[in-house]
Amino acid sequence: MVKVYVPRDSTALSLGADRTAKAIQAEAGKRGMQIELIRNGSRGLFWLEPFVEVATSEGRVAFAPVQPKDVPSLFDADFLNAGAHPLNLGLTEEISWLKKQQRLTFARSGITNPVCLDDYVAHHGYKGLNNALKMTSAEIVKAVTDSGLRGRGGAAFPTGIKWNTVLGAKGEQKYIVCNADEGDSGTYSDRMIMEDDPFVLIEGMTIAGIAVGATQGYIYLRSEYPHALKTLNEAIAKAEQAGYLGQNICGSGHAFNLEVRRAAGAYICGEETSLLESLEGKRGQVRFKPPLPAIEGLFGKPTVVNNVISLATIPIILDEGAQYYADYGMGRSRGTLPIQLAGNIKQAGLVELAFGATLRELLYDFGGGSATGRPIRAVQVGGPLGAFLPESQFDTPLDYEEFSKIWAVLGHGGIVAFDDSVDMSKMARYAFEFCAIESCGKCTPCRIGSTRGAEVIDRIVANRGNAKEHGKQVQLVRDLSDTMINGSLCALGGMTPYPVLSAINHFGEDFGIESAKKAAT
Amino acid sequence: MVADLTTQEKLDMASKIDAHIAKNQHMPGALLPILHAIQDDIGWVPEACYLPISKALALSIAEVHGVVTFYHHFHTHPVGKHVLQICRAESCQAMGSEKLEANVKAALGIDYHETTQDGAVTLLPVYCLGNCACSPAVMLGDDVYGRMTADKVAEIVAEARAA
Repeated sequence: MVKVYVPRDSTALSLGADRTAKAIQAEAGKRGMQIELIRNGSRGLFWLEPFVEVATSEGRVAFAPVQPKDVPSLFDADFLNAGAHPLNLGLTEEISWLKKQQRLTFARSGITNPVCLDDYVAHHGYKGLNNALKMTSAEIVKAVTDSGLRGRGGAAFPTGIKWNTVLGAKGEQKYIVCNADEGDSGTYSDRMIMEDDPFVLIEGMTIAGIAVGATQGYIYLRSEYPHALKTLNEAIAKAEQAGYLGQNICGSGHAFNLEVRRAAGAYICGEETSLLESLEGKRGQVRFKPPLPAIEGLFGKPTVVNNVISLATIPIILDEGAQYYADYGMGRSRGTLPIQLAGNIKQAGLVELAFGATLRELLYDFGGGSATGRPIRAVQVGGPLGAFLPESQFDTPLDYEEFSKIWAVLGHGGIVAFDDSVDMSKMARYAFEFCAIESCGKCTPCRIGSTRGAEVIDRIVANRGNAKEHGKQVQLVRDLSDTMINGSLCALGGMTPYPVLSAINHFGEDFGIESAKKAAT
Repeated sequence: MVADLTTQEKLDMASKIDAHIAKNQHMPGALLPILHAIQDDIGWVPEACYLPISKALALSIAEVHGVVTFYHHFHTHPVGKHVLQICRAESCQAMGSEKLEANVKAALGIDYHETTQDGAVTLLPVYCLGNCACSPAVMLGDDVYGRMTADKVAEIVAEARAA
């Protein structure tokens, strides 16, 4: 029976993948043809969803994008035997957009059925755990440290060092908490892992538990991801049944249990201490640090808090070895970064590459330029707290330190492109507005500064013709930003000035500043 | 709208609330799971649940109120049969979500946090649906839709109303 693949990823669904799947099934029935319809994950070529594939002796052949109206003509063209058709893109693996990538964390995404454990195991799944079960805790932690993996949620803290602290912390009960509160605009790689390859996250968390001696894990999942919730719960149930989770993992004597907890629409809960408060059933207010969560985290116990991508990268490190992973990348940014192209971009989707590629390569070679066909004027990298970059900075390599040098951040690897119709003063205002909506209210610079900031931006725009007042207001927003950067408890207040000041510095004309001053911050 | 409930409806609601509390109260950090269970079932989080929750979890009513109102996801008032969320975040802005918001509001005749007269649709802003590769995005119930225009939104709303 011919295997036909239609993704179940929610972006594919958002473009009608369910209707396409139904149409293919119905058309096959009508023609008396037997097919095996598999709902796989997405390959991440989102501009081509619904991305249908047919298994042939040569490999999988892609037809995309397929809408229900295209289905009869696909059957007429004998697409089940890779027949010629305008939507036939040839062998999936040979599509250059995909072929040029270095998929380590996303090695299986789009290839397997996300909730089929056998499929996972047949594609290198649980090899990392098998290796980890033969190692001591210290050896596992060392492998993670040696791989150079840094927290992919945005803070880029070395994962191995965090784990080592929890390993060394005394406590009867320790926890592994997965931060799946992916709230940054322009990011969706966490969602993809959870919907398209959930077992890799489960395996990564299990390894983390064994490494630091934690027996309970929580995935704190944002409420905006109902599909991910269903997929994760289905995968967890299957892993439990097969003995990959539970009281005696693979007969090793190690216990690890996993539960998904739903967040409730507060952006601040992506901050690790707010997240822990929320998991404990409280308002998601930021905690003072120290104590670090690694020492006193969830319910006061030593806790590893890692992002989805960090945890989902653990299995390949334990499978292929620390050196294999560390061989990718540049400088102190080792391994790969799953980059998410978003916003006004023609070929949006997931691009996993070793650190070091430039923004320009991503925006033009992969992204194909803007969706509207107009020049790309600005990009925001790293979510709503990331800086806006002008074209003169598009040659910056994606590397934590290189970005830091230009007062920007890589964050969670989301890149949002804007064409030349964007008004950067509106974007700066929005940054303050968003901070005001999402502030937890604990510290004054964030709680009050965000509202005052939006007002000052309004006054800057209103006083374009009044040089004296205008200059005063621009200085005021710089002073306010300084207070927020240095006086906020967490990154929400502390980094809102990144989009604001980068917009003012690089796109001063939108604020009525004739010569955009590259003021040092 | 709460005042419109009959005594029987109030009793039904109370028994549902009690059942969700009983089922979830023993898990660590039980408050959010309880609130989710109530909203999934009833559609919103009525103030009537504060007292029984506070008793079950040994919290003050103020603490329960504080948590309910902290999180955007929890509705403190009844919502329409369908909840339509429009993404307002940067990626969607880059693809014209501002215009989409204005047009959808005009077509439905309501602003954010309001419900259409027939009680069919409640409109809410949302900050990222993780569908940023296909902006602008909206969510109707649990379903995400990408590359939206006001006409397409009108279509899916009409479909939902007819269903």
